[in-house]
Order: sequence, then C-alpha cells, then structure tokens
Amino acid sequence: MGIYLPIAEMSVNMVVLLAMGAAVGFLSGLFGVGGGFLITPLLIFYNIPPAIAVATGANQVIASSTSGALSHFKKGTIDFKLGTVLLAGGVVGSTVGVWVFSLLRSVGQLDLFVSLLYVALLGTVGTMMLIESVRAMRRAAGGAVPSLRKPGQHNWIHRLPLKMRFRASKLFVSVIPVLGLGAIIGFLASIMGVGGGFIMVPALIYLLKVPTNVVIGTSLFQIVFTAAYTTIVHATTNQTVDVVLAFLLMIGGVAGAQYGAKAGQKLRGEQLRALLALLVVAVALRLAFDLFVRPNSLYSLSSLSGI
Amino acid sequence: MSVVRLPALAGTLMAILLPLMPAAAQAPETTNPENIQIGLSTDRVSITADFSGADLTIFGALDNADPLVSRHGRYDVIVVLEGPPRPVVVRKKNRVLGMWINTQSETFVSVPVSYSVATTRAWQDVTNPASYRQMALGADNITLIPADKTGDAETIAEFTAALRERKKASELFSERVGGVHFLSQSLFRATLHLAPNVPVGTHRARAFLFKNGAFIDESSAQLSIQKAGFEQRLFRAAQENSFLYGVAAVALAFLTGWVGRVVFRKD
Repeated sequence: MGIYLPIAEMSVNMVVLLAMGAAVGFLSGLFGVGGGFLITPLLIFYNIPPAIAVATGANQVIASSTSGALSHFKKGTIDFKLGTVLLAGGVVGSTVGVWVFSLLRSVGQLDLFVSLLYVALLGTVGTMMLIESVRAMRRAAGGAVPSLRKPGQHNWIHRLPLKMRFRASKLFVSVIPVLGLGAIIGFLASIMGVGGGFIMVPALIYLLKVPTNVVIGTSLFQIVFTAAYTTIVHATTNQTVDVVLAFLLMIGGVAGAQYGAKAGQKLRGEQLRALLALLVVAVALRLAFDLFVRPNSLYSLSSLSGI
Repeated sequence: MSVVRLPALAGTLMAILLPLMPAAAQAPETTNPENIQIGLSTDRVSITADFSGADLTIFGALDNADPLVSRHGRYDVIVVLEGPPRPVVVRKKNRVLGMWINTQSETFVSVPVSYSVATTRAWQDVTNPASYRQMALGADNITLIPADKTGDAETIAEFTAALRERKKASELFSERVGGVHFLSQSLFRATLHLAPNVPVGTHRARAFLFKNGAFIDESSAQLSIQKAGFEQRLFRAAQENSFLYGVAAVALAFLTGWVGRVVFRKD
C-alpha cells in the first residue's frame, strides 16, 4: 500500500514503514534502548534521503522515549536537576550539530559523515558491549557472582572545578563534564537522529558515578527534551522533518515496544546485552559495507540545498 | 496507476464548426499550412496520498491536415511534458582510503526536473538527428548548461552524460515511442508517464508536428502539478511556518508516546 511522503516527496510502502517501526519498537522494548540508532540506518537503506532520515529519526525518538520517561517520572526515578543540566548542554550540542548538518549538506558530504559516525560509534560501543557480555556469561557459567562496579570511587572528573550538588543522585560533581556529556548527546542527536542512550547510560554510570536507579530515568528525561529541541531546530533550519513518515514509525514503534518488553523478561541480562551488541555491530558492518563497496552508480544528483 | 485524462476541445470544436462553414470559405484551406493544437481540460493535477506514478493523456488535433499525407501516415507528432527548470548539482564518487566519497561536482543551471516524451514512431523515423539537436528535442538533446563554463570540456561532457543517465534511472526523464496515436486523420492522443517522484510545479506540455520529416508547427499548454489538499498543506506548513510545524511534530510525538503508554501499559 503506497503512501506519499509530503516532505521526502516520494511514494513509499506504508506496510514496510509500519513493520520497520514495529520491528525496531520490539527490539527497543526488548533491550530497553530508544531505537533511534536502528531507525535512521534502516530509513537510509530504504532510500529515504539521509537528511530526512536523520531529522525524522529525531522526531520518532521522542515518541519511543516518552512512554519510558513517564513511567520513571511516576516511580520518581528521575534526577531533574542533573537532567536539566544535561539538557542545557544538549541544547548547545544540538544547535552546533544542526549547523554542522546544514554545512555538510551544502558541500555534499552529509551522507558520508553520517555513515562514518555510525560506523565508528556503533562499531566501538557494540564491540565493547560484546566483550563485556561474553565475559559476564563466562563468569555466570563459572558460577561466580557477577558484580557491577561500585560507584563512589573518585577519578579525574571529580577534581574539576564548578562543583554542583545533585541531591537525588547523591552526587557532588563539577558541571563541566555534565554539560559536556549533554552537548555530545545533543550533537549526536542532531547529526545521527539518535536518542544517545547507548552513550549516555554508560557515561553516567562509569564516568559520573550516578546511582544506577536514577540513570535510565534521567537519561530518558534528557533524551526526550533534547530530541524535541533537535526536531524543532531541524524543522526550522533544514525543513527535513517528515511528519507522515515519523508518525508511521511511531505507531509501529509504540506497539512493537510493548511486545518486546514482555519478551525481554524471559531472557537473562547478559544474554540480552550480547544480542544487542551483535545487532549494533551488524548495523555498523552493514553501513561500513556501503562505504567500501563500489556503488552501482558513481554519480548522484542533488538540488543546491542538498536534498 | 491512475489515469488523468485531459481531452482537448480543439478536435471536437473543429468537428462541429467545419460542416457549418460555407463551401467558399473552405476553398483556400488547402493552401493553409497545417497547425497543431493541444488543449487540456484541466490545468491542474493533484498528487494524493496514494500517488504512485500515473499516465497522463493529452488529446490534440491537426488543423488543415492534408488527407493524402495523413493516409500515408506521413504526419508525426512528438509530445513533451517538461517540468520546471531548477539548478542541479551532479556529484561523482571516487575511492579515497578505500571508501567511496563524493569528490568532484558540477553544477548545472536550469535543468528541467522532469522530461517525459511520447512519439508516434521511433525517433529515427520522424526526422533526422540534426533537427532534434537544433530543436533541443528529446532527453538526449535538451541543453544542459554548466554554471562554470570554463571547466574542462571532457569533464563537463562526462557530468552532462551522468546527469541524463541519473535522471533516466530515476524515471524523471522518460520516453514512450508509440505513445502518440492518431485516432482519426486529424485527432491524436498522447500518453505520457508521470513518475512516482514527479516534482510539483508548473509543467509545460508541448506538441511538435512533423510532415514528411520536416518540422511544421508547435503548440504548448501549461499544466500545474501540485500536492493534494492534506499533503500540500503539510508541505507548505513545513516551508512557511517551519517553527510551528516543528512544534506540531514534537506534540504529535509526545501524544503518540503517551497514548501508547495508556493503551498498552497496565501500571
């Protein structure tokens, strides 16, 4: 069943998009991730122009993270002060990101930059997760008790100036790394169309030593609002948010996430992490493949604005 | 495939008017040169949500057609539907550090975004290549002017060829040999292809009449292709009220996330 996307100005199959949203929603429910890092590459593989895939991906991330953020809000597991400082950094990073995005688009290197970022980030994070989860599985098989690294040990980050107290996280830490982390997430959100949870969560746990019970909620809180800001800036600067495309993905995604969450309860933590790691690495390899294999046509056309 | 019919009034009018004319008025007709007319019953085609390409039918008529030439099939018609001209950047990928990266580019000014042709017969049977070139008729003959004319001639030729090839690959440049049929001695019907990604804007339909391989007359009509109501409003909103559009997109996402939670969650 065809549907015409008014911004992408192309006709696509509605069923494919709903299924794509549902599949990514299922995986995001299963693994507890936002799914933005899967949606954007899938849209690019489906021949949606990368500029539109990225901006629309940011829009879709809002829907997929809202439901999680709401349930953490109810449970009271969000550190609003920490989330707001992260968000302030996110706004700066996202603004810079959208500016870089427009610049790259006008010189015809956006597609390359998006692919390279995906390959580098997903490749690194996926490999690290894979190693970690295989180790955890070995330990579990050997009968040893898996232990998470204890928060509280001090590292170089805790020696930086401009300290601020975050009561909910029982944290007294410089705002510089918090703002910096927020800015990186905002930058990635605007250039890759991702929420950035896959970087935010480990950074909060390992670098800032935020207690694990508030990490997910705070990260989701920041992601929802950074993605909202990014969507508006993309819509205003580049006019590349396709709301029809985003809505189809959201519908599929919201429904798929519920089944994924149920399926996730049947799998063990380290198995889930290993599967997610494999998935992340597979996406990175697929994108790398496109970079290194000779394309069907060496030539491409674009308008002056870059679409 | 939906079919958009645009019957021309010219043919019907001629049929009504001719018998009414006194014989004397018809006498000098044989010396009048032939001319061609096309008319569109609608000057607007809407792209709706389920648009996936379409066939566009244009009717036209020849005035003062010589019955003898007609009977021998020596009249030929070529109908062109040309999209609005826009600048285009052609980029070429080269291998850098093992990766395929856009390294070269050439900008062309005012390239028709689409170019769809229908002919009565194979190109070589209508007229000679030199005439096509002179008239800039056919996807291979339309003039493509690079923004920077001082560049290397060979490079420009390469990028010009690539531009045509890419346009054909995306169905925006298309041709249909035999797409024009004579329904009677003076009435013809042309069927043109509108690609699924046909650009919106003012398109120009042109019909060229050839007699025994010689160009006789040309006629043109305007056709506006635009997005239908809802798609058009969204597109305009995104262009003109982009901030509000962004806010609405965000609100929709929040709402979908919230509704999803209410519908599916039990906590």
